Amino acid sequence: MKYADEFRDKEIALGLANAIQSEADPQRPYRFMEFCGGHTHAISRYGLEDMLPKNVRMIHGPGCPVCVLPAGRIDMAIRLAERPEIIFCVYGDLMRVPGSQGASLLKAKAKGADIRMVYSTIDALRIAEENPQRQIVFFAIGFETTTPPTAVMIRLAEKKQLANFSVFCNHVLTPPAMQNILESPDIRNIGRVEIDGFVGPAHVSTIIGTAPYEFFAEEFGKPVVISGFEPLDMMQAILMLVRQGNENRHEVENQYSRAVKRDGNLRAKEEVSDIFELRDQFEWRGLGQVPYSGLKLKRAFAKYDAEARFDMKELRVADNPACECGAILRGVKKPVDCKLFGTVCTPETPIGSCMVSSEGACAAHWTYGRFRDHQQRRAS
Amino acid sequence: MKAHQRKLDIKNGCVDLSHGSGGRAMAQLISGLFHSAFGNEWLARGNDQSAFDVAAGRMVMTTDGYVVSPLFFPGGNIGSLAVHGTVNDIAMAGARPLYLSASFIIEEGFRFSDLKMIAESMGEAARAAGVHIITGDTKVVERGKADGLFISTAGVGVVPDGLDLSAEKARVGDRVLISGTLGDHGVAIMSKRQNLAFETEIVSDSASLHDLVAKMVTAGGEGIRLMRDPTRGGLAAALNEIAQQSGLGFRVQEEAIPVKPGVAAACELLGLDPLYVANEGKLVAIVAPEAAAAVLATMRAHPLGCDAADIGEAVADDHHFVQMATSFGGGRIVDWLSGEQLPRIC
Ligand code: SF4
Repeated sequence: MKYADEFRDKEIALGLANAIQSEADPQRPYRFMEFCGGHTHAISRYGLEDMLPKNVRMIHGPGCPVCVLPAGRIDMAIRLAERPEIIFCVYGDLMRVPGSQGASLLKAKAKGADIRMVYSTIDALRIAEENPQRQIVFFAIGFETTTPPTAVMIRLAEKKQLANFSVFCNHVLTPPAMQNILESPDIRNIGRVEIDGFVGPAHVSTIIGTAPYEFFAEEFGKPVVISGFEPLDMMQAILMLVRQGNENRHEVENQYSRAVKRDGNLRAKEEVSDIFELRDQFEWRGLGQVPYSGLKLKRAFAKYDAEARFDMKELRVADNPACECGAILRGVKKPVDCKLFGTVCTPETPIGSCMVSSEGACAAHWTYGRFRDHQQRRAS
Repeated sequence: MKAHQRKLDIKNGCVDLSHGSGGRAMAQLISGLFHSAFGNEWLARGNDQSAFDVAAGRMVMTTDGYVVSPLFFPGGNIGSLAVHGTVNDIAMAGARPLYLSASFIIEEGFRFSDLKMIAESMGEAARAAGVHIITGDTKVVERGKADGLFISTAGVGVVPDGLDLSAEKARVGDRVLISGTLGDHGVAIMSKRQNLAFETEIVSDSASLHDLVAKMVTAGGEGIRLMRDPTRGGLAAALNEIAQQSGLGFRVQEEAIPVKPGVAAACELLGLDPLYVANEGKLVAIVAPEAAAAVLATMRAHPLGCDAADIGEAVADDHHFVQMATSFGGGRIVDWLSGEQLPRIC
């Protein structure tokens, strides 16, 4: 298969793999967390684990905005979507995410809720214009990357004076979650987190820049390398992390300089801060309540805020107690350490956040990597 | 005296409930639209069924439903697709397809002009494949009860004596051949459904493969263990199915798998994997190693197999995994799809 060839060149990849092999000190472990599901996906999809020495291990972090959305928020969405006056617009990959008791938007749609799969915020606005007698709610979700498009959409709705349009806002922020992984009180129960560096998210950083990660590098003494999603980007970022480790440095480095600047995209940041403000707390599936990690619409935009407009009640659903997501997201355990992995919990019937989207650690291991477990068993 | 009948207004008219009622309007629709499109001696007799001669050898039979949306897409429409799909199901047994049935469930309000186009392309596809549509049925349902038009088909064909293709015949070391580029049909459909304007228009690969199959069978004979058309679920589903049925595993090379650059780019954009995307004019063949070169050469010499490739081999594996060496140098599984492939958001 040939596409995006320059970022998938096998020869260059082998060169990078050799460099990592020869520079990584066999006497010490290197445990790097890739925060972002796009990276987890690339690692599994291209089989990068096979190209790293045994003592260089990748820990799959919280993954994607879909995986970390708690069941309670899905339940809230379903309740809203079931109201007859509402057309509920969502991105496709949210449809199968389980709420409580196996409910999902896909099932709600089958039962008659008017739920429409959209591909962009523009689609949702168009539906609102075409259906003036209905209420259109857009399920806004995503890290810093997808927040500016939501902001632009609200501006557009304002300009067009759309009275039947609002947003169920679930935008979350990556730096507070990264901080939570390193220092949340849960660590006492789960065990010490052994992370020697972070592969920082690329798309997020095109918006917020690299500066927000400098705090980690300094405060926690952890190197951060912002990396693109192509497999060569990843290999190069891993090499940069190995080098920082060897040289006892802990800095923010930018592998993805073709798109990421230190200060990010100022206009996008301004647009976002005009319309959104921080929530005191936001729940992440697998991480629990994370302070200042979610966004909501400012009061001035309340009429576009579905939570205010439809007086939505916050719903909380406890995670399955056997689910090890919290420990997996923090790099303390691996998917196979969870009793539910591959038995009760599979991509068809996900229990925890790590199995929900294809970018979660458990789903990625199940879908792409589980042959390695059998290889290892055979070898031992 | 013949009762006065108004002709179907194909240009401006549409199907209404009377066209499914069994009365004159229905007779008019069938003779005025379907018979002229499918035209053959069996239909012309106007019976509720058709009798045909049975050839020597083993008969194969298949049935299939078509609910594709949109009904018209680059490279075909639901009608030609229904013929190609059914012909291919028969051909995968190494059989020569002979006769088809076609049943239409039409939504009230469906335009005659569209129905005519669909019927004509079915007739054309059938003639090109050397099969006859010899019986059928027409139902009309109220508006909103069908997505425009559903077609279901059945087909029969005959397998030459001595040929028996089946998954349990696969052996460790067998080669995996595919007849061309993957994902063309699925991406062509999706590009229309989502109104995504790609730079190059991607055209469905929808085609009847019986002729390619016949030539492969001549070249490979007993060496061909089985064939399958990787339709829904794509190559990934086909190989996983064969792995389960044969009790083997497969190991394929990503680099060897042909994908058109435009399809690859579209998949990349939508967050889809071409290995899981549907094809309607491709086949996978599991072929004994000693026959593989000859079969591959034959495929490449055929217009529908010019991009054919040897992409891997059958291996012993208790877990029946389909493993892939990635073009990047690592390894991964190509698992069954869980649910529908949905585009990712980030
Ligand atoms: S296997 Fe399922 S239940 Fe276990 S940690 Fe992973 S997502 Fe949670």
